[in-house]
Amino acid sequence: MPSAELAGERGRPDGLYQLALLKFVRNRVALFGLFCLLLMLLAILFAPQVTPYDPIGKNTPERNLAPSLLHPFGTDKLGRDIMSRVLFGGRVSLMVGFLSVGLAVVISTPLGLIAGFFGGVADNVIMRVMDLILAFPGLILAIFLVSLLGSNITIVIIAIAFFSLPTFSRLIRGITLSIREMEYVVAARGMGAGSLRIMFFHILPGVLGPMIVLTTLGVSGAIVAGASLSFLGLGVRPPTPEWGAMLADGRNYLRTQWWIAVFPGMTITLVVLILNIIGDALRDALDPNVRA
Amino acid sequence: MSQYILRRIAIAFPLILAVTTVVFVMLRVALPGDPAQIMAGDRASPEQIEIIRRKLGLDRPVIEQYLIFLRDFAQGDLGRSVKFREPVMGVIARAFPFTATLTFLSVTVGTSIGLVIGVITAVNQRTWIDNVGIVLTVFFFSIPTFWLGLMLILIFSVGLRVLPVQGTGSWRHFVLPVATLAVGQSALIARLTRSSMIEVLSADYVRTARAKGLARRQVLVGHALRNTLIPVITVVGLSVGGLLGGAVITESIFGLPGVGRLAIDAISNRDYPMIQGAVILVAASFVFVNLIVDIIYAFVDPRIRYA
Repeated sequence: MPSAELAGERGRPDGLYQLALLKFVRNRVALFGLFCLLLMLLAILFAPQVTPYDPIGKNTPERNLAPSLLHPFGTDKLGRDIMSRVLFGGRVSLMVGFLSVGLAVVISTPLGLIAGFFGGVADNVIMRVMDLILAFPGLILAIFLVSLLGSNITIVIIAIAFFSLPTFSRLIRGITLSIREMEYVVAARGMGAGSLRIMFFHILPGVLGPMIVLTTLGVSGAIVAGASLSFLGLGVRPPTPEWGAMLADGRNYLRTQWWIAVFPGMTITLVVLILNIIGDALRDALDPNVRA
Repeated sequence: MSQYILRRIAIAFPLILAVTTVVFVMLRVALPGDPAQIMAGDRASPEQIEIIRRKLGLDRPVIEQYLIFLRDFAQGDLGRSVKFREPVMGVIARAFPFTATLTFLSVTVGTSIGLVIGVITAVNQRTWIDNVGIVLTVFFFSIPTFWLGLMLILIFSVGLRVLPVQGTGSWRHFVLPVATLAVGQSALIARLTRSSMIEVLSADYVRTARAKGLARRQVLVGHALRNTLIPVITVVGLSVGGLLGGAVITESIFGLPGVGRLAIDAISNRDYPMIQGAVILVAASFVFVNLIVDIIYAFVDPRIRYA
């Protein structure tokens, strides 16, 4: 019988994750943040249904309009509705954020597990490579790679994932090191479990909690990194809307049309803020020392 | 102690060598296309390309190129910039003071403010002061640099007209860039200080210090704060190392001719010796700053020395 049903029968939460869920749900701010984030995700996903305006085509009669009821975020120099562009642009920014962190997690999890579990040469080789990646100025190299290999989103995602590898693998290695010595792992080994089995069935679940926290914070960091690249003119090409690119555009009209820069930036800040609040809440929820 | 420091140095130097090798390989081997061709431009004749190739030593075997490059690097020679037509070292040496000033000021200001906020919120844990602090720091922590920079320009340069938008020349030009970077830094340090301090405050030696009758203030400054600072030092080191090469956005928004902008310009101009030099120097300074942090660590935290 699954442990969840058992807990239900006993009427009290059982296990780290159920307790964590309970603690998270009690955190009103984080819950509200999650609600807002889901709302934004829906609006971005269903952008064509939410907004009546075309995010790319010109609409010269309505250019440079200040925010109003018809155009809550105003319009730009080509008469495009900023809010529509923010919604459509969110698709690119969020895709960069989630996919690059996903890629980083998939690669760094086995690396961190192997380094922490086997130690010795494997540990040394993997971690020195990570030190090497960390020593490079990530943003500059990402700009370099993107400018060399062509401005497209796939390369932006790969570049951001590559430079986040050290953070993830270091965390996983650290936790693996401490779990490796725990009695239940020693017991599993005594019962004849192989290295792979111990790594994936006994150690990985213990790594999961901190990983969830770091992933949440990582997504917000990756969104900012992706937007930074397009702010500098790399990544997506105009007229495709993207938050960083919209900001770069608005930068030239700060004196006259402030709304072009203000609203895309506000949206990035809001998304990053919510992700950070959720990340903090998850950290507190998964920390057994923090009471609900 | 000296053994620990020697071991750290022994790790740092191979790392710098590895960085330079990777950059070299990336630019010579992994690069799609011929660097000489790219530098010469589309309209260059084959003879012109050949001259550039010979000038850069690209006609020699890669291993020989690498050894020459290492020899020159060891002598502080990073080649000549194609765009500036002068040694890369000289160009970087002119840009470095701007980046160093920006880094030093923003880290100092941000860290000081962050420490104060962190200590105040930790001491007043679970009160309204703590809540306000948490909300403010997570907000400041979340604002992306590029937007914050633009908003500060919008408020202080466009709106209030009290500070210049861009450029260099007086201390006033540094106020907005420093503020832009210091906001995030202060939030980072405040969050770290708060959690570190809360942990330290529940330690046995703090209770002992209280129990033996020391004043609250004495316990906070003499016992708790000193140990709170240990993780803070690492993060400050990472910030300094990161900003020395990563203030790209801030430098570009405020038109500061620092190392980050130099690197970006070099990339868009395909000035390969310049890109190579900037990336290597930035990476080397990151490794160097972290070496210093490791050494400071050994002085501050005896557990590391004897481990």
